[in-house]
Amino acid sequence: MKNLIKEFTKGIIKENPTFVLALGLCPTLAVSVTVGNGLGMGAAATFVLLGSSIIISLVRDFIPGKIRIPCFIVIIATFVTVTELCLKAYSPVLDRALGIYVPLIVVNCIVLGRAEAFACKHNLLRSFLDGLGMGVGFTLALVLISAIREFLGAGKLLGFTLIKGFEPVFVFGMPSGALLVIGLLLGFFNFLKNRKI
Amino acid sequence: MNLQGFLSIFISSVFIYNVILSRFLGLCPFVAISKNTKQAFAMSAAVTFVITASSAATWLIYNFLLLPFNLAYLRTLSFVLVIAALVQLIEMVIRKTSPVLYRAFGIYLTLITTNCAVLGAAVLNIDMFFAGGKAVAGSFYYSVFQGICMGLGYTLAMLLMSGIRERLELCNVPKALKDFPLAFIIASILSLSFMGFSGFKF
Repeated sequence: MKNLIKEFTKGIIKENPTFVLALGLCPTLAVSVTVGNGLGMGAAATFVLLGSSIIISLVRDFIPGKIRIPCFIVIIATFVTVTELCLKAYSPVLDRALGIYVPLIVVNCIVLGRAEAFACKHNLLRSFLDGLGMGVGFTLALVLISAIREFLGAGKLLGFTLIKGFEPVFVFGMPSGALLVIGLLLGFFNFLKNRKI
Repeated sequence: MNLQGFLSIFISSVFIYNVILSRFLGLCPFVAISKNTKQAFAMSAAVTFVITASSAATWLIYNFLLLPFNLAYLRTLSFVLVIAALVQLIEMVIRKTSPVLYRAFGIYLTLITTNCAVLGAAVLNIDMFFAGGKAVAGSFYYSVFQGICMGLGYTLAMLLMSGIRERLELCNVPKALKDFPLAFIIASILSLSFMGFSGFKF
């Protein structure tokens, strides 16, 4: 039981896909302008991660080793297409905000990385927990980055103004602000890691 | 098909919406392989080559296969597979015809399969040059040209970055910022300077 909980929690802090493994940074940087977008992207990626982890761990015994990567890609692409169509149908605003980064979840290294490193070697329950943990970790990282960017870049959080009279720093809403925030955050996490030892 | 259209595609995809610095596509190799100018150049040459070829291939597939049969929703799936197959094919052809070239960017070619810049370029082409389920006039040439330009933008950013990082190897930087964090901060400053181009309007 303890092992199972560990499978879930490791994705959140110890092996956080964004800050520790540095995987899947493209969508992280591009859509993190507002917390709403960050949450939407996180939810979409979590759905794809969960779905592909479940299916891959179910069919892992039937897939020949040589063609496993193309098989994984087809499974992942199917879930991405489902996500794309659902977003278009139920939330056109979010779909427009996320733009081409929704189809790009297919080539997100987190999803393929988890499929290759975890789901194809473990049973259904473990793969499910691993996928969920990684998805939550990714979402939390996105929310952290987008909260910093939205607060500094627009003076708001989730669309609400926090401090009256706060002069926003527009550059944080721009691409260069995203790179700066992630660089400093990665540095900060390195600093914490070094200090513990 | 006019000169102005091509010029505006060139300026916007090389400078204003640079693949790496403004669209954030292909960031992983940008941070991982930009420590040395030679490697960075080989990687970006391979990327440019594959983006151009895949822009043409995905346009043909979308226009002649997916659209007539009402399969536009299979776009993501088919593009990923086509790009993966295309990369394998290019690798085989290069290995047979030019061992020198194969040694120069052979290893990078396999990495490109999951490079988001390639799929991103294909999806962007479809979004930009197809209106209401039909190809815009001259859209094939525009797509291929935009592919080439995005490759050039990638090369430009890679070369700038690797030049800067080669110099920084010898500098004394805070321990926590070494490698990845510093690379992102440099990229941020580069991207800030590229923002100056966004004043150009056509």
